[in-house]
Amino acid sequence: MKKFISVALVAAMTASLAACGSSSESTDTAAETTAAAEEAETEAEAAEEDTEAEADADAEAADESSDAEGGVFVIGGTGPLTGGAALYGEAVNQGAQIAVDEINEAGGINGYQVEWIFEDDEHDAEKALNAYNTLKDQGIQMFVGTVTSGPCLAVVEETADDNMFQLTPSGTTADITANPNVFRMCFSDPAQGTKSAQYIGEHGLATKVGVIYDSSDPYSQGIYEAFDEAAPEYGIEVVAAEAFTADSKTDFKTQIQKMKDAEAELVFLPFYYTEAALVLQQSKELDYAPIFFGCDGMDGILNLENFDTSLAEGLMLLTPFSADATDDLTVNFVTKYEEAYGSTPIQFAADAYDCIYAIKLAAEEAGITPDMSVSDICDAIVPAMQQIQFDGLTGAGITFDENGEPEKEPKAVVIENGAYVSAD
Amino acid sequence: MKTGSKTLRSNIITYGLVVVFYIVMQGLYMTDNLSSLMEGLMVPLCYYMILAVSLNLVVGISGELSLGHAGFMCVGAFSSAVFARLVDEKIPGMAEIIIAILIGAAFAAIFGFLIGIPVLRLKGDYLAIVTLAFGEIIKNLINAVYLGVDANGLHVSLKDTKSLNLLEDGDIIIKGAQGIGKLPRNATFTIGIILLLITLFIVINLVNSRQGRAIMSIRDNRIAAESIGLSVSKYKLTAFVISAALAGVAGVLYSHNLANLQATSKNFGYNQSIMILVFVVLGGIGNIRGSMIAAVILTILPEKLRFLNDYRMLIYAIVLIAMMILNSAPKVVAWRKVMAEKYFPHKGKINEPGEA
Repeated sequence: MKKFISVALVAAMTASLAACGSSSESTDTAAETTAAAEEAETEAEAAEEDTEAEADADAEAADESSDAEGGVFVIGGTGPLTGGAALYGEAVNQGAQIAVDEINEAGGINGYQVEWIFEDDEHDAEKALNAYNTLKDQGIQMFVGTVTSGPCLAVVEETADDNMFQLTPSGTTADITANPNVFRMCFSDPAQGTKSAQYIGEHGLATKVGVIYDSSDPYSQGIYEAFDEAAPEYGIEVVAAEAFTADSKTDFKTQIQKMKDAEAELVFLPFYYTEAALVLQQSKELDYAPIFFGCDGMDGILNLENFDTSLAEGLMLLTPFSADATDDLTVNFVTKYEEAYGSTPIQFAADAYDCIYAIKLAAEEAGITPDMSVSDICDAIVPAMQQIQFDGLTGAGITFDENGEPEKEPKAVVIENGAYVSAD
Repeated sequence: MKTGSKTLRSNIITYGLVVVFYIVMQGLYMTDNLSSLMEGLMVPLCYYMILAVSLNLVVGISGELSLGHAGFMCVGAFSSAVFARLVDEKIPGMAEIIIAILIGAAFAAIFGFLIGIPVLRLKGDYLAIVTLAFGEIIKNLINAVYLGVDANGLHVSLKDTKSLNLLEDGDIIIKGAQGIGKLPRNATFTIGIILLLITLFIVINLVNSRQGRAIMSIRDNRIAAESIGLSVSKYKLTAFVISAALAGVAGVLYSHNLANLQATSKNFGYNQSIMILVFVVLGGIGNIRGSMIAAVILTILPEKLRFLNDYRMLIYAIVLIAMMILNSAPKVVAWRKVMAEKYFPHKGKINEPGEA
C-alpha cells in the first residue's frame, strides 16, 4: 500500500518536473491540482472557478506576448504583494502600469509596444530570486525591482550574472547599486539619513532630536546610522536613540517615555508606517506631542485601515512625492491612478512611474529594439542612463550618476487635515 | 531475514529516488530544458529536503516536537557565512564549502547539545517551547551583532558599526540587521544532492541501528525502555544533536546560495520552522521518503501557482488542506486501500503503520 502511494507521489512529482521544461504545460498540472482541491472543498467551488477563468485568460495573454516576441519590450518587476510590505509592491505595480499604458497609447518606446509583468516576492530574498527567475522565463528584457531592499541585495548579483538592466524604484540600501548594471530611482538609506538631518537643521525644526528605529530592519538601521553621523554637522543633538525589533513592534511606550524624559523636540521615525501609526497612537496616550518626522517608509500612513488620521496631524515626512502637488504631471498621474485603483498614489507608485519613463528615455537615447539580447540592451542602456535628464513625479531635472544614484532635490511634506501638503 | 531484506529494498528505493531526481534534473539542465525558475530552485530543493529529513529524525523517530529547526539552520548559515567572508576567496571554492559545511554542522550541533542537555531530561512538550524560543532568540541576536575584522583581529559590538573601532583597512562582516553581504554563492546542485545522500545515509542507518531501535522504543514506551536500562536522555540527545547538525548543513547550503544573508522572520523565523514541520507531517511522521517528496512538492507548488495572481496563497492553502486530507484522513485512507486492492490485487500482508 505504502509503495503504491509513494509511486503515485513520485509519478506526480516527475510529471510536474517534466512539465517544467515548457511553461505552458506547467499550468495544466497546476490546474489538475486545483481540480483535486475542488473535490474536497465544494464550498470554495464558486471562487475557484473565477480564478481559473482568470488564470486561463492570463495564460492566453502570455501566449500572445510570446507569439509577438521581437515586437514588444517586456519589462518585469518584483515586489511584495502579500505580507506586511504588500502596500509597496502593489503601489509599484500600479504606478508602473499607468506609465506603461500611457507610453503604449503614445506609440510605445522607439515605436514598439511595452508589456509590464509583476511577480510577488513576499519580501524575502529566496522568493525574490524565484520571482525574478519566473520573470526571466516569461522573457523580460529589463527589470524594475525589487521594491524592498533586503531581497534586492540578493537579486542584484543574479542580474549582474545575466547582465540584465536593473532599475530599482525603492531599494534603498547603499550596496544595491554596487554593480554597474543597477540604477535606483529613490535616495539610498545613507542619503535619506543625511538629507533628513539637512532638512531638519536647515529649516530650524529642532535642535534636540530623539530617534526611534527598528534595529532588525536594514532600512531603518541604515538611515539611523547616517542620520546620527550627519546630525552634528547641522547643529542637531541626538538626545536619545532607542531601538525596537520586528518581534516587539506593538508596544513603544518605553521608547516614547525615554524620548519624553530626554526632552526631545522632534522625534525622528525612520521606519514603516504600520509601526509609526502605533507610535503616534501611544504618544498621544502618554501626552507627548513633539514634531514627528519620518522618511519615505512613512508614506502610506493615511491609507492604513482603521487608522485615526487626526493622530498624524502635523507629521512631517521626507518624500520626493506628494499627491496634492498642483503641477500638470502630478495631477495627471493622481487622477489616472484614482480612476483606475480608487486610492491616492503613494511615493512608491510615483517612483515606479518615473522608472518606466527613465527607461523609455534611456531606451530612446540608446536606440534599442526588442530583438536585441538582454545583455546587449543592458550594455546600450547603461551609458544612456547617465545622459538623460527629465522632469518626473519625484523631482525636476532627475539625472543619474555613474554609480547609479539619482540626483534630485529632497522635499518634505506635512500632514494637514488628513492630507499630504508640501512643507515648503 | 525477511524484514531485513524489506528494509534494504525500502532504503534502496529512497536512495534511488534521490539519484533519479538528480539525473533527471541534471539531464534537463545540461540539455537546457530547464526553466530559469527550476534552475534557481535546484539548490533550495536540496536544503529543504535535508531540513525535512533531519526534522523527521526528531519528530518522527524520537517522538519529540521541535519548533526551532529554522534556528539551527540560521546558526549553520551564519557561522559558515562568517567563515566564507573571513577566508574571502583565499582558499578555492570547493575546499571552502567543504570546511564551511563542517563548521556549520559543528556550530548547530553545539547549540543543539546545549539546548538538549537540560530540556531532554524533562517529560512533556518542553522541547517545543524551548526550541521555539531558541529560534527567535538566535534570529534577534544575529540582528543585533556587529562583527568586523582588521589587522588586530575580530571586533564585536552590539551597538553599531562605529563602535567596532575598526582600522582603516577593516572589513565589516556582520552589519547588524543588514546581515552579511558579498557571499561566494558557490553551492551547486551536485553538492546539495551529495549532502542530501549523506543526510539520508546518516538518518536511515541510525534508525536501523541499535541506537535507533533504542530511540524508537523510548518514543513508544518510555517507562518500558527505562526499565530495561536504556538511558533516555542520552538517546534522545543523540537524535536531537544529529538533527540539529543536519539542519546546520542545510543552513550552509542556504547561505552559500544567496549573495546576501539576512536573518528575517521570513527565512529563519518560526514560520519557517512550522513550514519544515508541515513537510514532515504531510510526508508522514516517521516517513523519510515521504517528507522529502512533501518538501519538493510544497517548495515548487507556490511558484507554480503564480499564474493565479492574488489568489495564489488562498489556493495554496486549499491545496495543502486537500493534500493533508487525501494523505491521512482515515476514511480516505480506507477508500484508497479499497481502490488499490481493486486495481492492484495485493499479494503480501499489509504494512504496519509508521514503517519508513
